Amino acid sequence: MKFTKFAAAALVAAGAAAAHAAEIKPAVIYDMGGKFDKSFNEGVYNGVKKFSDETGIEVMEFEVTSETQREQAMRRMAERGATIVLGVGFAQADAIAKVAAEFPDTKFSIIDVTWLDAPNIRQYGFKEHEGSYLVGVAAALKSQTGKVGFVGGMDIPLIRHFACGYVQGVKATNPNIEVFQNMTGSTPAAWNDPAKGAELARSQIDRGADIVYHAAGGTGVGVIRAAADAGKLAIGVDSNQNGMAPGSVLTSMLKRVDVAAYETFKDAASGNFETGVRVLGAAEGGVDWALDENNAELVTPEIKAAVEEAKAKIISGEIKVEEYYTNNSCPVS
Amino acid sequence: MNHAPLPAWADIGLLPLLNILAALVVSGLIIAAIGEDPFRAMAVLFQGAFLTSNGLGYTLYYTTNFIFTGLAVAVAFHAAMFNIGGEGQAYLGGLGAGVAVLMADSFLPGLLLIPFAVIFSALFGAAWAFIPGWLQAKRGSHIVITTIMFNFIAASLMVSLLAGPLMREGQGAPETRPFAEAAQMPYMHEMLGALGIVVPRSPLNLSLLIALAVAALVWFIIWRTRFGYALRAMGASPGAAEYAGMNTVRITVLALLFSGGLAGLMASNAVLGEPHKLVLNFTGGYGFTGIAVALMGRNHPVGIILAALLFGALTQGGTELDFEFQTITRETVQVVQGLIILFSGALAYLFAPMVARLIAPFTAKKGAPA
Repeated sequence: MKFTKFAAAALVAAGAAAAHAAEIKPAVIYDMGGKFDKSFNEGVYNGVKKFSDETGIEVMEFEVTSETQREQAMRRMAERGATIVLGVGFAQADAIAKVAAEFPDTKFSIIDVTWLDAPNIRQYGFKEHEGSYLVGVAAALKSQTGKVGFVGGMDIPLIRHFACGYVQGVKATNPNIEVFQNMTGSTPAAWNDPAKGAELARSQIDRGADIVYHAAGGTGVGVIRAAADAGKLAIGVDSNQNGMAPGSVLTSMLKRVDVAAYETFKDAASGNFETGVRVLGAAEGGVDWALDENNAELVTPEIKAAVEEAKAKIISGEIKVEEYYTNNSCPVS
Repeated sequence: MNHAPLPAWADIGLLPLLNILAALVVSGLIIAAIGEDPFRAMAVLFQGAFLTSNGLGYTLYYTTNFIFTGLAVAVAFHAAMFNIGGEGQAYLGGLGAGVAVLMADSFLPGLLLIPFAVIFSALFGAAWAFIPGWLQAKRGSHIVITTIMFNFIAASLMVSLLAGPLMREGQGAPETRPFAEAAQMPYMHEMLGALGIVVPRSPLNLSLLIALAVAALVWFIIWRTRFGYALRAMGASPGAAEYAGMNTVRITVLALLFSGGLAGLMASNAVLGEPHKLVLNFTGGYGFTGIAVALMGRNHPVGIILAALLFGALTQGGTELDFEFQTITRETVQVVQGLIILFSGALAYLFAPMVARLIAPFTAKKGAPA
């Protein structure tokens, strides 16, 4: 601990003048996808940008490129006098836990993590399965071929969790619909491989799918492109991707990481930062489906009514969407 | 080669320096083009790698990874084989270390557990190289193709294990439970701290010394043993080696086992040394960079250690660049690192004819080189 403080003192000396000027010094550490992945990290970026634009407070940023950098970046931000550090993604969980223990006076916040036990970390979890269920309902009603697809990014539990909610939504609406599932790969390159995403979407379309949902970060750009080129429909994820190919994106499963990012910094700025776990589902507006001018013509009144009904039932508890994590398997497939 | 042979000092000293210099000049132009001062950027890179609080620790931590993977590539090179599978072999080495620790960390003391895990990492890495090696020796399947394919198989295998049977309970990240303290490679700052030398906290650990010892061992095996001689003889001319009565099938397989084992040892640093658990993608491309390290180090352990230090410094200094300048993104840093790899790896002999011509008048006087 002594070394850390020693090192911190040396480093902070340079930035001390700036640190005094503003009470709050926020920092964000994006994960491997990078802040312009059109999806998960970019959602966070949008929230960060909204905060900066509104308050004029500059946010320190870093994009990690390797495992080792996560903890290093986290510590560097704290050493540089950041008062609030936002981590993005479950992969940063252990790094944030370690650094938060070293800097008890610094506040931390992390997205997609709910299992840490520390007095100075706020944790955001999202009920992706609920949002995926909703777009699954929409896909089932819209499909004319009776076949729909799912393209995941890297094959990890989180993405299987997305797929599982989607399948449940589809099957609950129409048990006869077939769902094709493909993962892009098993390395981080799978988050940023639009060519392969397009290939997987095309192969699903060739097998008869007319709607393809993706949870694949930057790879999803290729999925949407391929669906649009084939005259079929795609479903976007995380951010509102309806506008990426207007008329060819049925809807997007919104995971409001931007809200989490904005709220984190806003609360820290106003001095109302409370730690603890916040799980955001359909009821809290943390996950939702996107309806705007780009897909207004695609979503028929029946679809809209059915999805809204499903949403209301999830909120009331009448529909319980199973989590993949419960048994590390999906009840339906 | 279309130029006179260079004396050793020019080949392993001057030429790499010129290559780095050329890469830095081009990088400087790029940094100037995005509106930053290239000299300040280079200063930040250098200071970040060697002078700031724990920068040196991180640099040497990365260096350790590169020594292992560089040696792995070099050993195969001496047998005229291009082992691109270092990434997958290191990944499997991590699995070996992880499985050993997860099995035994509840009852074995650290003094036994760590060597046990290190040996397991080498065994798993070697085992992963065995199949491509055997296919090459017996069936003539090209090692470049098979090893690169085995990288993908390794990645898929690790995902299915880490998201399945090895995954820690009660959380969503695909990783194992943390290792017991006994299984953690001692940190350098703790060891030096015990001796009264205060250094900042960094992930640098005992593995660096293991890497240096292994480098010495590799030198000994390649240049001072019968097996090493056979390996180099086969690398120089398989036909001649066979004619001389060497069993090239056996040498090919053994060389690949040796190479894979070295790559697997990377786990002693990147698994036992720092995260203290098995995570996805801990190999982070170090296996591939090992190719550039070996090329630049001219496949000699000393050269590899120096090249590994350079790449370690670039990795750490690059991180600092990214911290220091908001305009220099991680992509820019990758471009700088890529340029150095390009100039010192792919274009390694770009300046060789020019250097040969320039130094010819000086070397000629001392008599013709061999």
